[in-house]
Amino acid sequence: MSQLLLVAILLALSAIAYQLGRRRALALDNVNGGRTRLHSRPSHYAVLTMLWCLFPPMLVFTVWSVVDTHVITGLLVQDLPAEFQMLPMAHLELVVNDIRNLAQGNIAAHADDPTIQAATGHYQQLLQINRFAKSVVMLLAATAGLAIGWRLISPHLRARVHTERIVNLFLISCAALAILTTIGILLSVLFEAMRFFQTVPVTSFLFGLEWSPQTALRDDQIGSSGAFGAVPLFAGTFLISAIAMMVAVPIGLLSAIYLAEYASRRLRSIAKPLLEILAGIPTVVYGFFAALTLAPLVRQISEAAGIEAASESALAAGLVMGIMIIPFVSSLSDDVITAVPQAMRDGSYAMGATHSETILRVIIPAALPGIVGSILLAVSRAIGETMIVVMAAGLSANLTANPFAAVTTVTVQIVTLLVGDQEFDSPKTLAAFALGLVLFLLTLTLNVIALYVVRKYREQYD
Amino acid sequence: MNTLSEDLLISRRIGLSISTEDLDAAEVAETNRDTVGDYTVFDPKITARDVNVFYGTKQAICGVNLDLGNYEVLAMIGPSGCGKSTFLRCLNRMNDTIAECRVSGKIHLDGENIYHQNIDEVLLRARVGMVFQKPNPFPKSIFENVAYGPRLHGMTRDIGTLWDIVESSLRKAALWDEVKDILEQPGTSLSGGQQQRLCIARAISINPEVILMDEPCSALDPISTAKIEQLIDELREHYSIAIVTHSMQQAARVSQRTAYFHLGDLIEVGATNQIFSDPLHPLTEAYISGRFG
Repeated sequence: MSQLLLVAILLALSAIAYQLGRRRALALDNVNGGRTRLHSRPSHYAVLTMLWCLFPPMLVFTVWSVVDTHVITGLLVQDLPAEFQMLPMAHLELVVNDIRNLAQGNIAAHADDPTIQAATGHYQQLLQINRFAKSVVMLLAATAGLAIGWRLISPHLRARVHTERIVNLFLISCAALAILTTIGILLSVLFEAMRFFQTVPVTSFLFGLEWSPQTALRDDQIGSSGAFGAVPLFAGTFLISAIAMMVAVPIGLLSAIYLAEYASRRLRSIAKPLLEILAGIPTVVYGFFAALTLAPLVRQISEAAGIEAASESALAAGLVMGIMIIPFVSSLSDDVITAVPQAMRDGSYAMGATHSETILRVIIPAALPGIVGSILLAVSRAIGETMIVVMAAGLSANLTANPFAAVTTVTVQIVTLLVGDQEFDSPKTLAAFALGLVLFLLTLTLNVIALYVVRKYREQYD
Repeated sequence: MNTLSEDLLISRRIGLSISTEDLDAAEVAETNRDTVGDYTVFDPKITARDVNVFYGTKQAICGVNLDLGNYEVLAMIGPSGCGKSTFLRCLNRMNDTIAECRVSGKIHLDGENIYHQNIDEVLLRARVGMVFQKPNPFPKSIFENVAYGPRLHGMTRDIGTLWDIVESSLRKAALWDEVKDILEQPGTSLSGGQQQRLCIARAISINPEVILMDEPCSALDPISTAKIEQLIDELREHYSIAIVTHSMQQAARVSQRTAYFHLGDLIEVGATNQIFSDPLHPLTEAYISGRFG
């Protein structure tokens, strides 16, 4: 029985359950000439019956899926000839893998071995039985659930309350899923990072001034010192982010003020989507632009001014990144500025304030929580940005505040550490997880500060 | 003033008992809507002559003539949408902030046409302050709310003088005793009535000559309303006040002259006493006796 057919039958059953539940509730309502009062509306009983019909097969499916691989493998091994059963565990697993591959039509190592072929036939048979049994049990569960749900319907059944509770539980589990995923990611990064810190001390990672993650494979290799000081990376991240914010905050904020306060409605309706397109351009395209157009330009200009500049510079990457995050600042700020009530503006005008005085002294302070929020969103975007930096700022981990020098960022190093074939026990690879962990803590702190700032201003001004 | 409101109540009761039928639309349309009563005063602060206001193509005010005298309270009453707020907003050119609004006619403040092209509306609004229907304190501290105008117009550079201005404004607005210890708290933390008095303090902090009030009590409870009405009576000593109100009792309590607007026309203007006890125009009579509104 194919999976699609099974799902279709289950859906049909649940539809039948809905109808049956509804009919029974309506019938109960009509008993005694409508004098018995149902606790809930008939549709609540119907939904409850439907849930009764759907939930048991889902539970069966979940439990079955967790268990069945182990059971089938156990059965398969049990029926293998005795000489296979004597094999050590690791070898036995290889044989089982062979059988599985052969059953799925993949290339297997011992495809011409008759015992293996026989076992494969047996395995396929087991799989088929398993699939069939699963479907049958699920359908039985659905029918049983339907029957129970239908039987339970009575004027005293608080169907509305039950339905609400089930919906509530469903929503809670969805929210929990998102939170659990975050925790899972954090834990997996944390454990790998702890493995890294077993070889490299935390202090030398956090405060070391040199980053050179090439570890030597042999003792006589040169140029592979394996220094894991993260300070140059974070310095590079902050340098580029700072340059980007210096571009994005003034331009974004001022264009938001123009759009919200001065532009005509028609101009605004055209200009705002155009500005938002900036956020939709793939970062790789920005990277081209930074590496091929802006970086040479920066170099020419700085050399004309007598400043020595690398062909890949923090300035080029930062400028382009700033342009990329302008819409984050401008679009959100524009929304919060527009949301400042007209009464506020009227009050200021009535005091004899000009338009710009009103903006500066009343509207901006009123919109400040939202503006701070938009800026912090842009900052976390800048810190996490990778592609532009790879292409325009280079890979060399220089500890410098000179915007004309090549620098690198945390995210870029994580990418270069993990690209290609890697051994997962070398500190070089594990360093990526440590960097990721610190980066995560950094953005987390930033978000906490943002929330605090926003809440503080809100308490004061709303 | 008590006797007046008692009179008003009696007249309303009589009006209601005599005739409860509404004036129908045709009857209103046929009625002559030329202004009844003397719209001039001996010593005018503001004179408005033949004022028309259009929102796009819709005419909101039709040829209104009206004077505001020195140190008097002029109440403007009338049913919703009659143009009384629109007229009020003409007097300090607040209508300029509405894009599709057009004003014609002459409005003079101390003999000077405020719609003349050489007049700066920013300076005009410093002379003609305004209090709005809904209290709209700025998102700043109580002190900064009142200090906003003086700072804006560079009235003083000395923080001590600024404090004096803030204190005297809050005292005039009868709010000082309630807020003197919490001046650094946000203006929005006050109650509605206190917020409205804060807005009045803000308006008088820059020593305007005229104060316009657009239904200043409509969002307030009776006790706050009583406080603000008392305040308006006190402020009359120093300022000329024009107030738009929906409450006829309020108009009767606080004003010396009353103007009745109807569908963009100024129907009748006269001494408040006369308007409420002996209205000349049938529309005015119908409105104050509660037959429509």
